[in-house]
Amino acid sequence: MKGLFYILVCWVVGNALAMLVDGYVSGNIIGMLLLFFALKFKLFDAEEVRPVAKFLLGTMALFFVPFGVGVMVSYGEILNNTASIVTATIVSTIAVLVTAGWVFQLLNKQKR
Amino acid sequence: MIDAIVRSEPFLLTLTIALYLLGGAIFRQTKVVLLHPTLLTAVAVIAFLLLLDIDYATYRESTQIIDFALGLAVVALGYLMYEQSECITRRELPVFAATLAGTIVGVLSVVLIAKAFGTERNIITSIAPKSVTVPIAIAVAEPRGGLVAVTSVVVFCTGILGSIFGPAVLSLFGVKDPMAKGFALGAASHGIGTARAIEIGAAEGAMAGLAMALTGVATAVLFPIVEKYLY
Repeated sequence: MKGLFYILVCWVVGNALAMLVDGYVSGNIIGMLLLFFALKFKLFDAEEVRPVAKFLLGTMALFFVPFGVGVMVSYGEILNNTASIVTATIVSTIAVLVTAGWVFQLLNKQKR
Repeated sequence: MIDAIVRSEPFLLTLTIALYLLGGAIFRQTKVVLLHPTLLTAVAVIAFLLLLDIDYATYRESTQIIDFALGLAVVALGYLMYEQSECITRRELPVFAATLAGTIVGVLSVVLIAKAFGTERNIITSIAPKSVTVPIAIAVAEPRGGLVAVTSVVVFCTGILGSIFGPAVLSLFGVKDPMAKGFALGAASHGIGTARAIEIGAAEGAMAGLAMALTGVATAVLFPIVEKYLY
């Protein structure tokens, strides 16, 4: 229960901060960072957070389902833009793989 | 009477969870990435709604608690970052440089290619965060007018694409360092890429998980700037 409380507190504070920055970053993402720092600086007991976090993260694939079901109303948008979406996705995925891989490999090597 | 039950409040939520459990069982049996539980469940739910002529708005209303749970899960990702932050020790430079480079290249390439096709703004916003985990991608796209259904589909496809072809692309371009491979898979293909990296090895898996979390944060912070100035 304490773990859930900690997560909720981070979310609430995150939402408040999100308002301060005019929604630049959403409240749940700020909440994620708050939870990270609170654990890192031992403000919260990681043992308390672990079971709740593990449950939420383990079930996360279920939470996307309603968005996926949204395809039944927005399939038209996807079909209208198939060429753009497919090209952007494929090219960009390769670009990210290669960039992240190269940069990491290069700097990791220099280190050793 | 059946109609009354189907339209009663907990029915659609219960159905969704039932189909998800079934989808999970099928996925574990077959181990085929394309038979991902989320995908199977979404397809089955759509078929069910169409069959019984229930509209999407009704479905969304009765599954609102799932939205709430997703919000909680995004915050809980902070715990995952905490667990993985141990891996950063003495590798700060490659980790942060690769996060930044991967994020910038990922968002910019999507935006520029889609713009070249003359794609509308709301679609560009929907697909720009394609490399990050669905909850973060949705948290980034939704408040800025993105269509979350398009986001979920594109993010899912990116995950599948990276997990199937990622390792081959990396060897083709000479990425041999196991940590770099794992990091790239997590940065490009979020959770699905991470699952693939874990199959390859422990070092790859840990780096992929870390990359997924950091790329998510970097995208959330950098995307609004791109959105404001580039399209």
